[in-house]
Amino acid sequence: MATPRVRRSTAALGSAVLATALLLTACSSGSGSKDSADGKVTITVDLFGTFGFKEAGLYDEYTKLHPNVTIKQTDTQDEGQYWQALQTKLAGGGGLADIQGLEVGRVASVVQKQADKFTDLKTLGIGDVNDDLVEWKGAAIKTADGKVLGAGTDIGPEAICYRTDLFQAAGLPTDRTELAAKWSTWQGYLDLGKQYAAKAQAGNAWTDSAAGMFTAEVGQQKVRYSDEAGKPVYDSSPAVKTAWNDAAALVADGLSAKLAQWTPEWNKAFSTGKFATLSCPAWMIGYIKGQAGDAGSGKWDIAPGPGKTGNWGGSYLTVPRTAKHPKEAAELIKWLNAKEQQATLFTKQGSFPSSTGAQAAIKDVTDPYFNNAPIGQIFSESAKAMPAQVLGTDDGVIGKAFTDALGEVERTGTAPDTAWKHAMDNVKKADGN
Amino acid sequence: MALSSTARLPAAKPAKRPGGLRRRLAPYGFLAPFFGLFAAFGLFPLLYTAWVSLHRVELQTSDRMDWLGFQNYSRLLSDPFFWNALRNTFTIGVLSTVPQLLMALGLAHLLNYRLRGRTFFRVAMLMPYATSVAAATLVFAQLFGRDYGLINWVLSSLGVHPVDWQANTWASQFGVSAIVTWRWTGYNALIYLAGMQSIPGELYESAAVDGASRWQQFRHVTVPGLRPTIVFTVVVSTIGATQLFGEPLLYEGNSGGGISHQYQTLGLYLYEQGWTFFHLGRAAAVAWVMFLLIVLLALLNAAIAARRNRTDR
Repeated sequence: MATPRVRRSTAALGSAVLATALLLTACSSGSGSKDSADGKVTITVDLFGTFGFKEAGLYDEYTKLHPNVTIKQTDTQDEGQYWQALQTKLAGGGGLADIQGLEVGRVASVVQKQADKFTDLKTLGIGDVNDDLVEWKGAAIKTADGKVLGAGTDIGPEAICYRTDLFQAAGLPTDRTELAAKWSTWQGYLDLGKQYAAKAQAGNAWTDSAAGMFTAEVGQQKVRYSDEAGKPVYDSSPAVKTAWNDAAALVADGLSAKLAQWTPEWNKAFSTGKFATLSCPAWMIGYIKGQAGDAGSGKWDIAPGPGKTGNWGGSYLTVPRTAKHPKEAAELIKWLNAKEQQATLFTKQGSFPSSTGAQAAIKDVTDPYFNNAPIGQIFSESAKAMPAQVLGTDDGVIGKAFTDALGEVERTGTAPDTAWKHAMDNVKKADGN
Repeated sequence: MALSSTARLPAAKPAKRPGGLRRRLAPYGFLAPFFGLFAAFGLFPLLYTAWVSLHRVELQTSDRMDWLGFQNYSRLLSDPFFWNALRNTFTIGVLSTVPQLLMALGLAHLLNYRLRGRTFFRVAMLMPYATSVAAATLVFAQLFGRDYGLINWVLSSLGVHPVDWQANTWASQFGVSAIVTWRWTGYNALIYLAGMQSIPGELYESAAVDGASRWQQFRHVTVPGLRPTIVFTVVVSTIGATQLFGEPLLYEGNSGGGISHQYQTLGLYLYEQGWTFFHLGRAAAVAWVMFLLIVLLALLNAAIAARRNRTDR
């Protein structure tokens, strides 16, 4: 009578332990790679923002040349979120793609702290991928002991994008040369803004945000947030201070649409005409086309901006240590970054080439979307005068502290001096010491 | 062999045999999965987090640990942003929990009547709870949009000045609280409803005989009868409010909790330290402070409940 009951309980005990064991092991078993048995390879690419490889048809072209290759791309629009996810994956060692994009603001951090987590591209049999690039672009991704952790894609020479229809409505000239002369300095840009605001309809601001102007202006200087020795100078560098004051003046004059960049509200404003000008690094061209769509074609134009130069953004492609197909990934990177493809990417998407060969090839490119603006010429000139920026490990965090603080100035009416202090506090909060 | 006494107690004898030992162990066997999982996913992380919180650990170089002692904690307590997050957690907690529980109580009271389509309403109550935080927050974030949001559109068509639901401190906290309230009211209402249905009908009948109005019945029969349920929902909501994370994170999609950190909760502050600034040691310290805070709140709740019980007797 008792034995069956005992047996049942032992059985229950056994199965319970087994269930626990199964649950525990289920969590630790990894997933192996399935392909490459039949020579077919799937290369995964993980990017942020709009690199434009797919949009410019480069993947299609590559897979036509290499029928055994399939390319799978995932992307995150906001680089901040992308960077967070990348760091979590690097720490965990899983979930990384064969190719990971990297923004220029993060490069110093990777080179100084995480060189061991990426593959030295020289070891993958593709030669020196950066030999054709403008010098600083390749130098920034090289470690002190000469490892090449990534291949440079585009760089971000600056100009100003503007809405000709809104300019006309406010009685402003729309000719590029004339405008470039009027806003040859940031003061000139603000003055023209005041003229615009006097006649423009309510709800049509001069520019999108104080943050955009600040980032563009800071990007024109060599030393921004840290000096050549790696010492943080964000609290004292004249570049930051000047740009801050100009951005605060922009808000005081009521010229900002008070939007936060990279948010859905900002994206929507591209098509509603909420702002008339936008600080435009070359890669912004692709972004505008994406957000304003076909309806925006012909409404936008581009002119050289204040100072006629600047350096904002730009990217790299890397191969993490854990990549499943490092060799194939490296070949794809080499092809994507070759001067022909960089030139195609500029013509179709506006991402300005870091390859000198491609730069020579795109000088005469015009863009019908932007009233046939000579984008090749405008951005080439801007790139020629571009400073080789000093990059610090915390550039991303510091930049965000300033743009957030400017958001406070324009959206909550915080006094610029108070907001400046907030920015300093925020950098210290992020600081690791 | 065939003693009458053993026949009456068949379970007593086998207990001395080896099988009896197994049987005594059987309950532990049944509990083993829970405790196994708890040890692996509850206790170990808890203790390891405490260990990590005493070190400098950076996500980017996570294999390196430098001993810091209690420095992470002292830095935390001297960080104005920590106190800001604590304050926000409290205000958002009050803004979301209080209306939520009051509304839940009212709704449960209504649902307790014989209504047409009662089951439909009860299921509908639970729909928000079944919606994912992400989906709900994204919809609310659109509604609360400053320039193109529905709520501001309605406000401006009523002639009211549109509100910046993101940058303004109270407005943004209200926005986040609205999502929490929307998601959890129905859930709490159903719990209250279950509690109400266990209150004997005779109590209402005799109250009615004594001439008590509906409101008096609610106050003097329903609410006292629901006390254990109310204590439960208050404890659970308090813990939920202390850990609030998904809604404020997705409200604008960043871990800062707004440009002035005006709706950054403790959960977000932890996340920001760990996964935006990559200071895992410091994030672990925040996690432990949050844990202690919740224990403290639970004890406080228990003490208040116990005192109320005593004064009632």
